[in-house]
Order: sequence, then C-alpha cells, then structure tokens
Amino acid sequence: MCEKENVPCYCGLRRFEKVCRILDKHGHSPSKLVPILQEVQQGYRYLPEQVQSFIATSLGLSPARVFGVASFYTNFALEPKGKYVIHVCDGTACHVKGSERIKDALYKQLGLTEKKTTTSDMLFTVETVSCLGACGLAPVMTINEEVHGQVTPDRAVELVNGIRERGQAE
Amino acid sequence: MIQQKIDMEATGQAYWQARQAVRRRVIVCAGTGCVANGSLKVHEALRDEIAARGLDVVVKLSDDCGGDVLLSKSGCQGFCQAGPLVTIEPEDWLYVHVKPEDVADIVEGTLIHSRPVKRLAYVDPATGQPFEQTHEIPFYKRQQRLVLGECGNIDPEDFEEYIARGGYAAARRALKEMRPEQVCEEILASGLRGRGGGGFPTGRKWALTLPEPADKKYVICNGDEGDPGAFMDRSLMEGNPHRVLEGIMIAARAIGADEACAYVRAEYPLAVRRIRKAVADAEEAGILGQDVFESGLNMTCQVMEGAGAFVCGEETALMASIEGLRGMPRPKPPFPAQSGLWGKPTVINNVETLATVPLIIAQGSHNYRQLGTEGSPGTKTFAVTGHVANTGLIEVPFGTTLREIIFDIGGGVIDNLGRPMPDGFKAVQIGGPSGGCLTAEHLDMPLDFDSVKKIGAMVGSGGLVVMNRDMCMVKIAHFFMRFTQNESCGKCVPCREGTKQMLVLLEKIMDGNATPETLELLEQLASAVQLGSLCGLGKTAPNPVLSTLRYFRSEYEAHIVQKRCPAGQCKALATPEILADRCKGCGACLRKCPVNAISGRKKMPHRIDVNTCIRCGTCAQVCRFDAIVGVK
Repeated sequence: MCEKENVPCYCGLRRFEKVCRILDKHGHSPSKLVPILQEVQQGYRYLPEQVQSFIATSLGLSPARVFGVASFYTNFALEPKGKYVIHVCDGTACHVKGSERIKDALYKQLGLTEKKTTTSDMLFTVETVSCLGACGLAPVMTINEEVHGQVTPDRAVELVNGIRERGQAE
Repeated sequence: MIQQKIDMEATGQAYWQARQAVRRRVIVCAGTGCVANGSLKVHEALRDEIAARGLDVVVKLSDDCGGDVLLSKSGCQGFCQAGPLVTIEPEDWLYVHVKPEDVADIVEGTLIHSRPVKRLAYVDPATGQPFEQTHEIPFYKRQQRLVLGECGNIDPEDFEEYIARGGYAAARRALKEMRPEQVCEEILASGLRGRGGGGFPTGRKWALTLPEPADKKYVICNGDEGDPGAFMDRSLMEGNPHRVLEGIMIAARAIGADEACAYVRAEYPLAVRRIRKAVADAEEAGILGQDVFESGLNMTCQVMEGAGAFVCGEETALMASIEGLRGMPRPKPPFPAQSGLWGKPTVINNVETLATVPLIIAQGSHNYRQLGTEGSPGTKTFAVTGHVANTGLIEVPFGTTLREIIFDIGGGVIDNLGRPMPDGFKAVQIGGPSGGCLTAEHLDMPLDFDSVKKIGAMVGSGGLVVMNRDMCMVKIAHFFMRFTQNESCGKCVPCREGTKQMLVLLEKIMDGNATPETLELLEQLASAVQLGSLCGLGKTAPNPVLSTLRYFRSEYEAHIVQKRCPAGQCKALATPEILADRCKGCGACLRKCPVNAISGRKKMPHRIDVNTCIRCGTCAQVCRFDAIVGVK
C-alpha cells in the first residue's frame, strides 16, 4: 500500500506487529484510543498516517475519528520530530522572566521558525509549551525529559551546541 | 483470588522501630525543581561519600537494617528558589544550593561531628541573617503546611512510611466506620471548597451524587493541572501520592463508587510514575482491590495520562478524553453528578481537594475550620512565582493578605536581574489565564474565594505570578489571550472566534494601530465571550483583559493615544533612549547591538539611533547602570 502511494514506508510487517501488540494489550477497545496512540507514538516518535488508518480499522472506527483525536491533543505529533525535543516553557512565570528570548535564541541558532520547528538533520525540534510546572525555576526548558532551570539565551545555545558536538564526536 | 492484606499497625510499628535504629536521616529534595538543579547528583555523591567514610547508609528501611544514616529522596519541599535542598533530621538543619562538591563537608561536619555546615545555611538576602533550621526561615515560618506538610519530608515511594505516619487510617475509618452520608456530612461541615478553580463546596458535590440511582459510579481525580504558573497538584502527586490516593478512596466511599480514575497531565512524567507506583503498592497491600479493609467494599483505581489539552481541566471535557474522544466540553445540565463518565454519576475533584480530604476525616471538620475564614475554611496552597525573591510553593490559611505572601514569605519584589526592587510591585496575576490581576490597593485584602471574586478575579488553582513595574500590562493581557485562544477547543463560536478577535484587537493596540473605538469594541467583545461561551474556559477567558483594563486603563490609553508603551515592552511602540546622566560609556551595549544603532566614544554617554534600532532590547539587558530606558 505504501509503495503505491509513493511515500516512505514505515509500516513493515514487523512494525505493525508492535502496533498489534499494543492494540491487544488494550483489548481493541475504542475507549482506550488515547493510551493506544500514546504508546504507538513512543515507538514511532510520531503518528504516521498509515498507522492511524491501521488503528482505526482494527478498532472499528473511522480514520477521521482517529485523526480527530490525534490532531486535537498537542502531545500527538503528526510529523516526525527530531531526536532531541526541546520544550521551551512559556507559562506565565517563565514568560515574565523572558522565555521568549530563549526561544528566539534557539530559533536563530538552529535556523528554525514558528512554522519549521525541526532541523533538517532531524536532530532538534523546538516547541513552546504552556507550563512545565517548574515555575519556581523560571525560565525553564526541557531537552527530552531533562529539565533545565533558570536558563538564559546563552545557556540554551550552549546546551544545543554541546549536544551537537557530542554527536559529532561519537 | 485471595489478596494479601496489610496489617497497618504492625507495618507502622516495624517502620518506627527500624527508624529508631538509624541515627540520622538525610533528605535530598527530588522534586522537579531541585532535580533540574542537580539534586540527584547530590544524592549519588552523598551515598558514595557516606560509604567511603565508613558509615552505614541505608536507602530503604527494613526490620534488621540499623545503621548511621538513612538517605532519602523526598518530593518538592516548596523552596525551589534555594534548591537543591538537603535536610538533616532530627536536627532540622536545612542546606541550600547544595552541590556535589559540598557533600564532603556535610558528611564530615554533620554526619560525623554532628555540627551544622554553616556556609550551606540559608541567608536572608534582605537582612544577611543566616538560618540553620528549616522552621526558622521566614519562608517557612509564616506558613501553615497542612496539605503540603508531608511532601518534602516523606519518601513518596516508601509506602510503609506513609502507613507509619498514620496514612490510610482516614480511608479505613471512612470505609469501615462511617456511612457514605456521614462522610458527605463531615466534608460539608468542614466547608471544604474545590481547589481547582470554581470553589464549589466539595461536600455538596458528593451529597448530590450519592443519592443518584445507578449500578456504577465513578470518582475522577483531576490532575490535569493546566494553569500556567501553578504547580501544587504536581508537587502533591510527586511528593505525597498516597495522600491523593487516600482522598480518592474516601470520595469513592462517600458517593458509593467502586472505580476511580486519576487523570494526570502528560507534561508531568514524574507525577504519572509516582501515582502509578502508589496505586500498584496499594493494590499489593490489599488497600485497593476486593473487600478493602474488610469492609466488604471493592475499590480500583486506574491512572490515565493526559495528552496535552488545557480544556481537559474542564470536567466534561476531561470525561470525554477518558472515553477516548476529543477533549471537548458539553453543555451542562446534565451535570456529571447525574450523567458523567460513560453516562454514570461521577464526581470529579481536583488533586489538592482530594489531598485535603484525609486530613478532615482524620482530625474532624471542627478542627479543620479553626484555620481560614468563615466562607473559606482551611488553608490554600499558592505557587508564588515571577518577580519575587523566594519563588516556590507555599501554604497559608485563607484570609492571609497578599502583602504577607509577597513580602514576608516571598521576600519582596525583584527586578529583571534578580536584585531587590523595594518599590517595584506592580501587580500579581491570580488564578492563571482565567483569573485577574490584583494591584497595590489589594495588598492588604484578606485572600479568600469570595473576596477575590468580588474584585473580578478568582483564586483558581492558586497561581500567583508577581510582576514588577517593568511589565507592560497590555502585553500580559495579550499573553493570556494568546494562551486561551490557542487552547480553545473550537466547539462554540463565542470562544473560538471571540478569543481570536480579541487577540487581533490587542495586537492592534500593541502595534500602535488602535483607535479609542478599539477599546470599546474590545470591552463589548469581552462581555459577549463571557456570556456566550459554553464552558469555563471561554467564560473566563476575557478576565485578564477586563481586569487589566479596570486597573491599568491608562496604560492601554498610552498605547492608543500617545502611541507609546510605558514599560517599553511592546516593540512597535518602544522608545529606546540612553540616559546621559547614567551612561558611563562602557561600550557594552555598543558591542552587543546587532544593527550598530548605538554610537559614542568610550567613557562618554552613548546615543541610540531610533531609526536603525530594531527594538530587540539587547542593550537594555547588558547595561549594568540601568541607563537604557523605554525598551526591554
């Protein structure tokens, strides 16, 4: 199916096996759609369209229903994300302490914009989130699950440069 | 299947016996704030150093362990500003800003020679006075930590410790000795009001759900804490998950439910893990499952991770999300009490509310009412953040004034570089994007649900974001509007389109394209959105705009009439200027300016060319003499 549509294939039989296992675990219950999508996304790092259709069919739902849920929640990604997902917190506390400058510095350093949030080499994705709940340390950013508090624009740039250098050294 | 039931008294006794065999306890704060500052590295270093110095270190108590030091991790202790925090028991010494390099001194001085390490004590920045013990520090001294109390001195992953401190005794009492009506009455008598935002009496909510005839009822714990600037629910779930679970069990007893669901925000991975572990431990001990406490009642609790939607904090939207749908609210009635999750009667309570419940059952509603005000009994947690010296999580009785919170506990207002700014207080945003701002005139007003509502704001979940006089209130209103517009689920037109248009109008004001009519239109639109929206998100979305208009109208007018942003934060209206009497001609701004708009000879006052300037604010940031004004 994928070959016909001329899109890169993410759904080799093995991958689908994994999706099937997740579906089995949740008893093919449509009410578990959100946890199912969450677990599937952990494997793919996003929700490829074919996988969404596959899930819809196996749960007896319309693909539109699954897409509707996938597109509603911000934690579901419809596009592949970079290896390092950077969340710049733009909650109130971080905002008043200058989180915008951190985002701008990262955008500039990585050549990103509001529209293009992932670097071409698929290493970084930069997103803003509304609150990470670490307001006592504002401004805050996370790189994958690692929390960094009281970040300055320079420090943010330093962190991404560090990751890049480590990657090249490996 | 026959479950192994835990003997709570025996477990408690065994725990305390083992505790007494240990000389000292070292608690490293492992709340999110301290972890971000490196507290896990401190924990590791402590473990290694203690072992290297030949002391016995245990991380988990057992019957035969004994030893010199019990090394524990705790949940958030609230004083995030001073993290990583290390507490020594029984002396109650607190060490702040601890780094792995400090560990040798702690082991040598405190654990071997029983002396406090003076250089790690907290020093009041205003007076320079050091404080050795936790309870002496002004930040803690003026608080009443009833709900948060145990967060920060118990190990959240140690089930036995929770039991040993009397945990689950209230749940057992509610299940075995009280009828559901009695539980509802007790909570109603305590006057406990929902901590999630609305302030609806919790006892009444339960009493409305109890008589509903149904074969199935549900309790939902709302841990979808979305208000930017509030993190009490996170701290409770991370720091004392069993307390939350115990509250859930009591709520289930009160309405006759046997199934509960804890819905936790996905942005809080640690909270998700801790709640999951608490549920698993309780199941293993037979505290959840069948015939709980030999009461003949069954109880289960599942944990669900949210997927990132602010609107899911609204109860009907949250239920839709659990059912696997888009998290969109629906009209009420029917209320969840009649038709909630899967069409069954459901009670939804906020995390903090549920964590307060065991306390009331344990000490009685009369004692609970000793604190707080008549209409809002008890204590409330507030997340104090923004331009304030001591940011963190606090708990005070209702009726405490804003002045006590910001100046006595919070240590006063600071400027953008963190220096004290004694006359800098401008406003505080209370209740997140649904709340409003309080100003200097409200500093001495006792805070409770009703007093705050009266002046057009709301306590909400208890976020207090302090803002200094360098903040532009139009920009703040725009910030909140952008947030609610972004989070509007799109179901009803007033919220979906109204918030969008309000945002456009605010942008017009910030860009200098507004006329006096813009303000009128903005106000009309705000009241339309307030009246016409389906759920709480839309109904309260205009609050930040209306309350900033009420207290800072002149700032809006300056943007519109004089085309000037007094705080210099709105780029289009910023009027950057270098004050010649303050400029020392150091050249720092000149070197940093990305467009070479600044000129001047060394040691002579510099000048800024406003036509070339792109208002990036870099110069104002690097200036050490506060010589650059009108741009941020």
